[in-house]
Amino acid sequence: MTTRMREVYSDTLIRLAEKDRNIVVLEADLMAAHATKSFMEKFPERTFNVGVAEANMVGIACGLSARGKIPFAGSFAPFVTRRAYDQFFVSANYAKLNVKLMGSDPGITAAYNGGTHMPFEDVGIMRNVPGLIIYEPADGVSLQKLLTESAYRKGNVYLRLHRGNAPGIYNQNDEIKLGKANVLKDGNDVTLIASGVVMVNEALKASEMLQKEGVSAAVIDMHTIKPLDEEIVLKYAAKTSRIVTCENHQVMNGLGSAVAEVLSEKQPILMKRIGVNDEFGEVGDIEYLKERFGLTAKRICESARSLLVTA
Amino acid sequence: MLTKKQICDFEYLAVKIRADAVMMTNLQHSGHVGSSLSMADLLVVLFEKVLNVAPKNPKGPNRDRFILSKGHAAAGLYSIMAEKGFFPKDWLETYYCDNGKLCGHISHHVPGVEFSTGSLGHGLPVTVGMALDGKRKGKKHRVFCLMSDGDCNEGSTWEAIMLAAQHKLDNLVAIVDYNKVQALGFSKDVINLEPFAEKMNLFGWAVKEIDGHNFEQILDSLSIIPFVKGKPSFLIAHTVKGKGISCMENTVASHYKCVADDKLEDAYKELGV
Ligand SMILES: [Mg+2]
Repeated sequence: MTTRMREVYSDTLIRLAEKDRNIVVLEADLMAAHATKSFMEKFPERTFNVGVAEANMVGIACGLSARGKIPFAGSFAPFVTRRAYDQFFVSANYAKLNVKLMGSDPGITAAYNGGTHMPFEDVGIMRNVPGLIIYEPADGVSLQKLLTESAYRKGNVYLRLHRGNAPGIYNQNDEIKLGKANVLKDGNDVTLIASGVVMVNEALKASEMLQKEGVSAAVIDMHTIKPLDEEIVLKYAAKTSRIVTCENHQVMNGLGSAVAEVLSEKQPILMKRIGVNDEFGEVGDIEYLKERFGLTAKRICESARSLLVTA
Repeated sequence: MLTKKQICDFEYLAVKIRADAVMMTNLQHSGHVGSSLSMADLLVVLFEKVLNVAPKNPKGPNRDRFILSKGHAAAGLYSIMAEKGFFPKDWLETYYCDNGKLCGHISHHVPGVEFSTGSLGHGLPVTVGMALDGKRKGKKHRVFCLMSDGDCNEGSTWEAIMLAAQHKLDNLVAIVDYNKVQALGFSKDVINLEPFAEKMNLFGWAVKEIDGHNFEQILDSLSIIPFVKGKPSFLIAHTVKGKGISCMENTVASHYKCVADDKLEDAYKELGV
């Protein structure tokens, strides 16, 4: 079943807020984009539209957190990461507060907004924040579960939110926990490790395509990019000896780098990284941009095949 | 004073910009048409009478620098730039399109565009840097920044406002397309900028307030720069979001929504295309 991710975000926060009066929402004038207008209608006194001022929004969230509130502050990903980085780094993280930052429109999903709004670097810069949890859910069920867990896990969090529609991957009774990757499909020849709506779905597609060629490809949803589930990376490195990472982000400093760091130090095997190669974003439809930046099942298959040949 | 003929020509150009903005934002049903419509008259006077820029030599060292800080209103600026000959007019039809020449927020990849914007609060700090450099080098060119009310929410804008006054940047002109609507609502309900003129005076700028749809007033206000020697100039242009198309005028929806397919014909008719 397809879900509207922005509505899952807002509805989950409403459900949390009904039980806990410390839950508050902050927005930098983008409530229409994040469906948090419904939160505002229910809890006007717990909603803060700070205007178009992301750095100030993060500062205010820190002040609220210092007073015991659990602030969920969101805007487009480039603005809450690049623009408010210093506020988030120092006021939220060095101060060890409890700010739940949300950045929407990851990577190519910024589509028509083009290069200024298309973050291929947000995970990279956020990974440098000590102790920060970074997660990117692949569907509505995992968003709802991880968002709920993040509310009650003390500490700062960065949610990379695909706010458009997403096909369903999980069932309500699946166990989905921050820091613990989910194996969506087992396999023996190669492992595809993906994060986010776009790339988890492309990886699943690639796995099917490979299966037709007699290649058994495991698919892992690495929804939590930090802390990385090292155990599962090492387990599948041993099992399949080949790994392809798939991210809607620069191949530098994101999921691919995180996996490579673990492998190169603990269990060197062959790997390939699918992602954006040192380029800025461009304008276009999501399907077009997938092709433009090589974020496709076809490319994943090519990488998997090249590993099978060399091994 | 403008002659009747000049006013007629200006009106024709303003209609052209508005019609292009409607067409362009309708291409992919995405964009910020209201933001282009409100600033169209300002653009006409700037490009026809004020800015010293040359389409054939867009990088000339003595050109005036013009930055559209409200980069989401790219359609309007692209329209007049195409009209002036900075790039071919058929590029307008590639706005927002796959592999298109013109993306949603104003981009320096386009000939004549001084600076990429789209993340608000970036324009004024950049123009302050250009103005500082111009001053230090004793250059004669002026630096213009066209801003939005949403832009004036950003802290970085106010940092730039303070620094510009500190350095007496009288080669800098900030123009606010004050349409009083921003992304989520009416500015007075989000962050009220009033008393705007008084505030800017206290921040050390020379301020003028005009009707941003009146060609005479726009031209008069910008005919002598700086407004006051030794101070940066601040022009508050009162405008109407979505100006020219009644279903768009003064609506928050016009910030995001394009003119729908079934309303296009009426919109063009109302503009007088
Ligand atoms: Mg406005």
